[in-house]
Amino acid sequence: MSLLEVTNLGISFGGLRAVDEFNISIDKGQLYGLIGPNGAGKTTVFNMLTGIYKPTDGKIFLDGVDITGKRTAEINKAGIARTFQNIRLFGDQSVLDNVKIGLHNSFEYSTATGIFRLPKYFATEKKMDERALEILSVFGLDKDADVLASNLPYGKQRQLEIARALATNPKLLLLDEPAAGMNPNETKDLMNTIALIRKEFDVTILLIEHDMKLVSGICEKLTVLNFGRVLSQGETSTVLNDPEVIKAYLGE
Amino acid sequence: MKKINKLALFANKSNQRLFTTILVILVLYVLMTILDGTGNLSSLMKGLLVPVCAYSLVAVGLNLCVGYLGELSLGHAGFMCVGAFSSAFFSKAFVGIIPDVPRFILSLLIGTALAALFGFLIAIPVLRLSGDYLAIVTLAFGEIIKNVINVLYVGVDSQGLHFSMKDMMSLGMEPGGKIIINGAQGVTGTPRQSTFTISVVLLLLAIVITYNFVNSRTGRAVKAIRDNQIAAETVGLPITKYKLIAFTLSAAIAGVGGVLYAHNISSLTATTNTFGYNMSIMILVYVVLGGIGSFSGSIIAATILTLLPEMLRGLSNYRMLIYSVVLIMLMLFNWAPGILKWREAHGIKNFKSILKSKNTKEVQ
Ligand SMILES: Nc1ncnc2c1ncn2[C@@H]1O[C@H](COP(=O)(O)OP(=O)(O)O)[C@@H](O)[C@H]1O
Ligand SMILES: [Mg+2]
Repeated sequence: MSLLEVTNLGISFGGLRAVDEFNISIDKGQLYGLIGPNGAGKTTVFNMLTGIYKPTDGKIFLDGVDITGKRTAEINKAGIARTFQNIRLFGDQSVLDNVKIGLHNSFEYSTATGIFRLPKYFATEKKMDERALEILSVFGLDKDADVLASNLPYGKQRQLEIARALATNPKLLLLDEPAAGMNPNETKDLMNTIALIRKEFDVTILLIEHDMKLVSGICEKLTVLNFGRVLSQGETSTVLNDPEVIKAYLGE
Repeated sequence: MKKINKLALFANKSNQRLFTTILVILVLYVLMTILDGTGNLSSLMKGLLVPVCAYSLVAVGLNLCVGYLGELSLGHAGFMCVGAFSSAFFSKAFVGIIPDVPRFILSLLIGTALAALFGFLIAIPVLRLSGDYLAIVTLAFGEIIKNVINVLYVGVDSQGLHFSMKDMMSLGMEPGGKIIINGAQGVTGTPRQSTFTISVVLLLLAIVITYNFVNSRTGRAVKAIRDNQIAAETVGLPITKYKLIAFTLSAAIAGVGGVLYAHNISSLTATTNTFGYNMSIMILVYVVLGGIGSFSGSIIAATILTLLPEMLRGLSNYRMLIYSVVLIMLMLFNWAPGILKWREAHGIKNFKSILKSKNTKEVQ
């Protein structure tokens, strides 16, 4: 059975049908690419998958559980984490704290324990620090642990956002244009990192990218969106050779 | 090995700020005690020591709300008011029945708990709003509390408690009964138990609690919601729960300020200047001038701005001039670009960042 099963998903904003009859099925462990030109509706799909937008039609199943219409925080607990096209970090907090916030639901102690600094506070904080540094070190960010997130250079901010998402221990990781604004070298590094975290964190990844060359290297399957509709879907090589795709997307 | 050192450093960094704040309070405390001991403190100044602590407490509470929850409240004088009247009510009702010390401790607990309860109840509807709406609703709340207390009559006799919203007569009290809350005249004759020392101890306690809170798991979640609510939701944080906790704690601390205030004044009344919007704005001024997110700043601003008019009384001709120069200096401290940079490096925020638009219709 597939990890993510989406059927006939659709959403309207007033008169605008931003996404229509969107179907996707992603197997466990897959690295899947969602591509399409600007304004095609890719981010809107992510917003529906994470409960930020409520879809007007369709169903979303994660691991066989219906999560359609659930709240964002519940969906994260069910196993979906994401990054944003426009980076959304907790800018006024340290790199370490950003990841520790991602660990919030995995390590618990009460508000009173925190206020009165009971022994459990110290024990749990120590465990959280260790785990957060472990995750950061995958991205080589452990050296920047005490830097304010907003003071990180752009490329590292994108990586930190992925680290924070992974800290929530997701089954499915959604990455919205993770390479946007990066130079070719940084992009190459990032793609390597993505391949690495898939193994290291045993996570399934759905990745948005509008540069087709980029995804073709690492994604096993692709879905191409155009004007809110699926234009082509399947194995990467098949999709890239689809005349429809070449005409609509690569042709220009 | 290297990692361990780094972790110790983090702990030190937030602790350092706490120690500085405690030091600031203790220095002010010792200074005032010495001035008092050597007879250099006018009786007017002496009378202001407890109110300074009370205002500082409310400012610390409001700073938690504005600086860490990222929500603007214009009703914190209302929570102070709840703390003041409920504790004064208790103290006066049980004077001669419960010994002084346990009675004061109980009244402190009651005042704090009631302010917290009001904070919690108001937060439920109010925290669904944000920005201007939240400011307007909290402002209205503060006014409602004040106005209700102004028409509230409560008395006690052998029959028990009597309430009225009309006048003293309609309480229908026995001849020997005791009026506790007397409408617009408020509560008179509350035992004056708030000493400067008790006030400073409570202020220190509140500071330690708020520092620990903002540097705990819950505090991190609250700050995450402030920094980016949508991102906070996508990492699985229950937004409403943490907003409620932070707002309730903020109201409770303001309530402690109210308890201190009430037990330092012979006639407690709810007017615009004591508990109305004037006071709410005044407290907000302390928070903004002292630096949003900086508890020590709130205390320093509350202290300077409360004591300054008194200290300058001798220089009556230049008083307003000096007062305005100090205000301008505080403004510079808050807004000058060079200082902004320094403050940023030390984690102190400015007002603009709080009032940023929270309109997030199209999420990219
Ligand atoms: N909340 C919203 N309200 C109105 N229109 C929206 C909203 N969110 C997205 N849209 C519109 O939906 C379309 C698809 O946007 P988006 O999903 O961001 O595209 P992209 O494929 O570039 O990520 C765009 O025309 C965008 O303006
Ligand atoms: Mg997009």
